[in-house]
Amino acid sequence: MTAGGLTRELIALRVARELRDGMVVNLGIGLPTLVANFLPADATIVLHAENGILGYGGIVSDESEFDQDLINAGGQPVTLIPGAAFFDSATSFAMIRGGHVDVTVLGGLQVSAKGDLANWAVPGRGGGAIGGAMDLAAGARRVIVAMEHTTRDGGPRILEECTYPLTAPRCVGLIVTNLAVIEVTPEGLVLREVAPGVSVEDVQAATAARLRAENVKVMDL
Amino acid sequence: MNKVFESPAAAIHDVFDGATIMFGGFVSAGSPTNLILALYEKGTKDLTGVANNIGLGDKLDILCEKRQLRKMIASFAIRASARRQSLFEQLYAKGEVELELVPQGTLAERIRAGGAGIPAFYTPTGAGTVVAEGKETRVFDGREYLLERALTADFAFVRAYKADRLGNLVYRKASRNFNEPMAMAARVTIAEVEEIVAPGELDPEHVVTPGIFVHRLVRAPAQDVRWFQ
Repeated sequence: MTAGGLTRELIALRVARELRDGMVVNLGIGLPTLVANFLPADATIVLHAENGILGYGGIVSDESEFDQDLINAGGQPVTLIPGAAFFDSATSFAMIRGGHVDVTVLGGLQVSAKGDLANWAVPGRGGGAIGGAMDLAAGARRVIVAMEHTTRDGGPRILEECTYPLTAPRCVGLIVTNLAVIEVTPEGLVLREVAPGVSVEDVQAATAARLRAENVKVMDL
Repeated sequence: MNKVFESPAAAIHDVFDGATIMFGGFVSAGSPTNLILALYEKGTKDLTGVANNIGLGDKLDILCEKRQLRKMIASFAIRASARRQSLFEQLYAKGEVELELVPQGTLAERIRAGGAGIPAFYTPTGAGTVVAEGKETRVFDGREYLLERALTADFAFVRAYKADRLGNLVYRKASRNFNEPMAMAARVTIAEVEEIVAPGELDPEHVVTPGIFVHRLVRAPAQDVRWFQ
């Protein structure tokens, strides 16, 4: 495995650079929730929680302020921004499936060269937790995957074909990892950026799919 | 007409072995915990439960203690990694409870459709995944969709903030979640609420679930529910 690369916080910061004023964004559970800490200050980004909130703010860390009826989809207590709205789950997924959510940031276990995403089950461990991931992957207008480039023991997560059960086929637009920013195009994966101190060769060595490397930049963080 | 019952136990008195029950709530928000605890006390068995989640700190998990569930239909029940297993996960690992894992939006829409008299609908969610196995698919405008069947139930247990005696409901914060569609989809919907007021005291403009969907009411204070990591 390639040493170094970005921390989880820096991955979240790089993802946040993709967000623009006026966008409605749904952040998945785990690493993607960190993106909420790095939203551009000069833009209004409306965060959607699939359990029924449009316009939540930060995560509440003070235990005494915990309100069990005001949580995001990861069960974390949240605050609201002025102008927030509540709704039921069927309406919430009409927003997602109906293409009204501009961007979703999801965690990933595997992404294929075609943009297939696997993020809800590990073979052999039994069960799995789908939650809102399949609807978000199928319905959001743009899917950004934020994840570690390799598994804990150094195995590749970006592959020609996923070996884990899919969340949705051909849904991923951009992959942001601790090593690189990779765009999924109809012609395959294109390496756009590398983390500081990481080479194009390092990224390719940690990736089990062919990367096209054109005008690769070092991430500006 | 009297929809108001004196206790959660009285409100669920006729829940029978083998019934299908929908449980509203999303982890800690809007969970009908008092009704769930009454069901646990009653000991009704062979149940099919429909809920967004089980075993994430919700009280639903205690129904596994007396093996009251035959099957769960849920979007979130088994985690890939957990510091400790829920009772449901332990029973599932032993093959003692059945699980139908459903994408969350598909689950919500199956319930909404069940309440709205729509027997089935097409959705893009799950196309090209294991969720599609055994389901009819159809291509519309070049994209593949799955045919998903509606869900209904014998009973729905829901939690709202306030009701009037006619069963009109208003909710608190993000607690509408599955409570609202489930209230529509059961033969008998039982709502536990913080407060029951006289007709006319709720502003008709603010009613979220109209009383037509709510058959029984019981006043019961919210129980503390925490996310279980």
